[in-house]
Amino acid sequence: MKKNTWINVGFQIGALVVALLISTLLLVAAGAPPLKAYGSIVSGAFGSLNNIENILITWSPLLLTTAGVLITFSAGLWNIGIEGQMTLGAIFATGVLRVLQNTQLPPALIIILGTLAGIIGGAFWAALAGALKTFGGVNEIFGGLGLNFVSTALTIYLVFGPWKRPGVGSMSGTQPFDQKLWLPSLPHSGLSPWALGISLVVIFAVYFMLRGTHLGLRLKAVGKNSKAAFLMGVPTWQYSMLAFLLCGAFAGLSGAIQVTSVYHRLLPNISGGFGFLGLMVAMLINYQALWAAPIAFFFAAVNIGSVQLQIQYKLDSSFAGVLQDLLVLLVLLGEGARQRFLKKV
Amino acid sequence: MDVELRDIDKTFGAVHANVGINLKVPAGTIQGLLGENGAGKSTLMKILSGFIRADAGEILLDGHPVIIRSPADAIQHGVGMLHQDPLDIPPMRVIDNFILGRKGGLTTDHTEAERDYRRLAEEFSFFIDQDAYVDTLTVGERQQLEILRLIWLGAKTLIFDEPTTGISAAQKMKLFAALRLLAKQGKTILFVSHKLEDVEGLCHRVAVLRQGVLVGEANPPYTTKKLVELMFGKTISVGERNPCGGGKASLSLRNLSVEDYRLKVQNVSLDVCCGEVIGLAGMEGSGQSLFLRSVAGLVRTVGGRILLDNQDLTGKSYHVFKHHGAAFLPASRLEEGLAAGMNLTEHIVLAEEARGFFINWEKSKELTQSRIAAFNIHGTPASPVESLSGGNQQRALLALLREPLSLLLLEHPTRGLDIESTIYIWSKLKERCRQGTCILFISSDLEEILQYSDRVLVFFSGKVAKPLESTSLSIEKLGELIGGKGWPESNSGKST
Repeated sequence: MKKNTWINVGFQIGALVVALLISTLLLVAAGAPPLKAYGSIVSGAFGSLNNIENILITWSPLLLTTAGVLITFSAGLWNIGIEGQMTLGAIFATGVLRVLQNTQLPPALIIILGTLAGIIGGAFWAALAGALKTFGGVNEIFGGLGLNFVSTALTIYLVFGPWKRPGVGSMSGTQPFDQKLWLPSLPHSGLSPWALGISLVVIFAVYFMLRGTHLGLRLKAVGKNSKAAFLMGVPTWQYSMLAFLLCGAFAGLSGAIQVTSVYHRLLPNISGGFGFLGLMVAMLINYQALWAAPIAFFFAAVNIGSVQLQIQYKLDSSFAGVLQDLLVLLVLLGEGARQRFLKKV
Repeated sequence: MDVELRDIDKTFGAVHANVGINLKVPAGTIQGLLGENGAGKSTLMKILSGFIRADAGEILLDGHPVIIRSPADAIQHGVGMLHQDPLDIPPMRVIDNFILGRKGGLTTDHTEAERDYRRLAEEFSFFIDQDAYVDTLTVGERQQLEILRLIWLGAKTLIFDEPTTGISAAQKMKLFAALRLLAKQGKTILFVSHKLEDVEGLCHRVAVLRQGVLVGEANPPYTTKKLVELMFGKTISVGERNPCGGGKASLSLRNLSVEDYRLKVQNVSLDVCCGEVIGLAGMEGSGQSLFLRSVAGLVRTVGGRILLDNQDLTGKSYHVFKHHGAAFLPASRLEEGLAAGMNLTEHIVLAEEARGFFINWEKSKELTQSRIAAFNIHGTPASPVESLSGGNQQRALLALLREPLSLLLLEHPTRGLDIESTIYIWSKLKERCRQGTCILFISSDLEEILQYSDRVLVFFSGKVAKPLESTSLSIEKLGELIGGKGWPESNSGKST
């Protein structure tokens, strides 16, 4: 038992080292001094209070999408459609805010209603993917992917069509909302304690749900072996559907928060890849919800930190993605290698 | 092509599927291979056709030793196998399936292939439209397509695994005619079956397998008694049973009919009283599994009624059946019964009625510990189920059953288990009977059927015999019935 733990740790460290090695080679190939580049990522992430705030702003939607995919992963579903669910959350929230912005309702209530609408929007989009799978036999990967494209098209239509700014529509999105409809943030900062608080509550709630409730256990059973779960009395398709709904709700919440707290408007690509990044985090932590918060934080830090690479070394900021993806790939690879190794021993 | 198998040996974990098998089949012979389920027939044929590799032994084709690594390799050597379930690709056209598997360049010569297809179809009088989609064909037609395909690919030895299951009488005659023609052309036919009648009517010689051992060979004229004895071994003494105490019927089936794409089980009527054990005998795929699953609510019936404790559950879902005290234990323990990757405690929590929202893990662990002790499972509450041995998995499945139960439905409750585990599991099942649970179980082990059931239902190609008192049966009699002999002509069930 003890020995295996050390072997596990060894393989994980090994994966980390190889990932760093490969990304170092890439940096060299791109003509950037590797050590300095890594240094600038670290300083870019933690160099100033402002940067740390940016990490926390990025952390919040990532926590929500990670929480969502942890649920669908538990139920054995590949909810690739989470990007679209997040986008629909943003669309629904924007819609409600637009309708209510000129009414006499208290702003706080409008924000709450907009957020709820976002949750419903995300859940609705996820329910479509779920229904396609359950009743139409469409694999959730294809359904989700298709719905992602539809959601992007819908956003662009809205931004350039019915919801366009006065004058000419632009890629920079719809007319920003009045400041009273912004989720309250810290003074002189874009960081909203509300957004961060809600996200942390959600990730911990999901952690406890998966670990200690009948609901969580049943989702896991459906994911591990839906036939056996069915025979043990779990209504399987209903639980798959529920997993979709919950994941969609969190994705929608995250989309709504992007509207109310970060961009204050609807813009194309508002999901910002957080859905896919959430999938990455979930895979990296091997679905152990306990690690979701720190790993998501690490990913957020890499995202923010590598903005410096662009400024200092003219490297594309997508290097952050390269580093993250390498890490996930190699950790998964290391896991496979570990299992083969243990089988041989 | 002369086929010779020398000292073929194969084990799967604890199961010795083939024990040093020697078999010589000269060209132009239809060689029958007879044996009950799990006797090792399919394993032997899969070795010859490259689906699995033997642990030891040699294959000689026309006197030359060959090594067969894959089915593609086998067909290169001229060995082709028709599986029990056709391995074609249903959403494709007949002609595309025909061409599939041919070695060659990137492009296929359709005109030539179509000409060959028509010539071969003509030769064997198989009339299947080459442009039809395979999913519109019957099992018999798909089989014909597969025969044509293998011959076209150059098969000189053809293996048929239970080919007469699920095809019509006319198709069977056509198949037999084709096989005789193939033999006349010098091809070697290996005919795997459990149907005595088919083997006796067709094969030039018969080899019988039992528990992985080739126990004997026979030449025509065959005596059924001798074949049955070879298949099932000697008669054994029949154990004690709990006679039905004359109690009221717990489970009542009225003219129950159920069907799938190959089989129809029709008009079964049965009253089972509390504590009674009904054994369902028959070769695999004779309809007993379909029947059992319909009684569990897992397969929708097409006619008749199911009453459990006087509640009409016809057409209700499995979960309603479960709610009314029915339980079903599948044969494939890790595929359907248990969820690999989850531990025993998690299984116990899932199987119990959920109380509240949160799980009390401490209490659940204690409950699991007590079940582990009660069912003699070698494992801990934290053991993942896939780490348990087969016998322990089966005991774990029993440990998951709720109390009390009205009806317990079991598929092969002791398959693959050693004698000790078998006895233990049956002692637990009999305990349930004393509490008033009635049991229906499927087994391919005739001794088990005779030993533990009060009455026996025999299935053959979807036909169901009237329930027989197990005291009135012997292994020989049961073996004959399973092989389709000694059935009254007019029977309620029909095969398709």
